Formats: sequence, structure tokens, C-alpha cells
Amino acid sequence: MKKITLGLVAIAVSFVILIFYYGLKTEKIYNTEELVGKSILEIDLKLLNENRVFNTRELTNNDFTLINFWASWCGPCRKEHKHLVYLSKNKNIKILGINLKDERSQANKFIKKMGNPYYLIASDHDGKKSIHFGVYGIPETILINKDLTIIKKYIGPIDGQDVKKILSLVSE
Amino acid sequence: MKNIKIFIFIFAIYNFSYLNLLSEENLNNRIYKNLRCLVCQGQSVADSNSDFAQTIKIVVNDKLKEGMNEEQIYNFLAEKYGDWILYKPPLKSKSYLLWMLPYMFFILGAIALFFLLKKTLKHKRY
Repeated sequence: MKKITLGLVAIAVSFVILIFYYGLKTEKIYNTEELVGKSILEIDLKLLNENRVFNTRELTNNDFTLINFWASWCGPCRKEHKHLVYLSKNKNIKILGINLKDERSQANKFIKKMGNPYYLIASDHDGKKSIHFGVYGIPETILINKDLTIIKKYIGPIDGQDVKKILSLVSE
Repeated sequence: MKNIKIFIFIFAIYNFSYLNLLSEENLNNRIYKNLRCLVCQGQSVADSNSDFAQTIKIVVNDKLKEGMNEEQIYNFLAEKYGDWILYKPPLKSKSYLLWMLPYMFFILGAIALFFLLKKTLKHKRY
């Protein structure tokens, strides 16, 4: 009986150590792996400079669309903007900008100064629409295909490496 | 025997008051508490004042007004952010162990207690 009890205690202790080991080893930072392969929602978005509503269903007309969430007050957005301008020159890809929690005048000033990589700019003034895209901060960029399926999602500003990756994905 | 009766009585009272508290709790708050604030360190949406948490609260309120129930809201947000946003992960093939372990430990504990008590009583008799 004593041997059995000792054995059970040893198993329990090993189990707890194993759980702690894996618990500490596992990355606890939110990543977007689960979202790749899922479709984006078909929702209406108000355009920033036009008095009309745009539905994301219309993105099926593009082979690839890069949806970029940005704001004039966002420092990292400024940093990634030149990469978006570069990507906008590629004919396989169209960039939809979603301006988040921003003033229209400030957003337009930003575009005028930094260049316009977007074929359309939508506005998400209160940030509620961004939740439908699984966005939790800006800048965030989502690459989708013709079927509105997410191919890649970038949290934070995209850099030169990401540009290469995006270009290779859209040229396949 | 008297002690056991007192214990059962206290246990019943505690659970009854706990259930009452749960039913009084606002549905919105219950949902916020089960959602992880993705930009915070170990905080739920209910506890956080971050921009993200505030927007999630607005979206949850909107979805409730639209007629979605608690489960549908969790599914909607898990679809967008993955199961990581939920403090109470759903029962999936990956999380079977997580859900079953407490019950397994409970049963094993009860078996161990049964044999221990049986042995103790046997010794006392002789």
C-alpha cells in the first residue's frame, strides 16, 4: 500500500512539473495563425471622401487585396507607408485602406503628404468595424484573395521582408 | 456525524448564495469577464480601460441589442481573434484533456479517500 501511495505521489508531482514546463514554454502572445484560411466578413464600410457605402463583397473583383488599417495619429503607420506605396505599384494587388478612429481632415493631410497607395479609403470612425476583421491595434494588414480568404495577416508595421513575402504570394 | 451535517449545511448555504450572485450579475459584465484583453497583461475586457477593451464592450452591447446570445457572441469573437480571446475555451479535440482532468482527479481522489477511510475504519474496529 505504501509503495502504491508513493508511486501515485510521484506520478502527480511529475504531472505538475510537466504542466508547468509546458505552460512556461508555450508562447502566450496573441498570434493570427488561426485566422489564416478563414474568410473576412462581408460588411458595409463608409468611404472616407465619398458619400457612399462600400461592401467588402466587392473585393471579389480583385485578384488580391491588401486591407490596411491605419490612422494619421499612428507613428508606425508612417513608418510602413513607403512600403505600401511601393506595393501599390504592383498590378496584381489592390490596397484598401481603412482609416481608424481618425479625423477626416487629418487623414487627408497624411495622404497628401505621404502619398496615396490606396485604391479606396474607408472610414471606421468608432473602431467597431475593425473588430469584424479581428484587428486589435494599428497598423494591421490583411492579405486576402479573390474568395475573400485570409492568406496572411500582419500585426504591426510591414517591412521590406514582408513586402517581398507579399509580392511572392501575389505572383504565385 | 454532527460535524458532517454542519459541513453539508454550510456548503449548501455557500452554493445557494453563490448561485444567487451569479443570476444577479449583469449579462454584459459576465461576457466582458470571459473575454481576454489582447493588448493588456493578464486583464479581462471587464477590467481594462484600453482602447481595444472599450471597443469590444461597444461591439458586445451592439450584438446583444441585435439579439445575439452569449454563446453566439463568443463564437463571433473567437472567429475573429481565435479561442485565445476566451478565458473559458470551448470543448474541442485539443482541449479534451483540459476539461476532463479536473473530473478525473476528482474521481481518483474520491477512490483514494474511499480506500483510505476503509483502511482506517478497519484498523479502528480491531
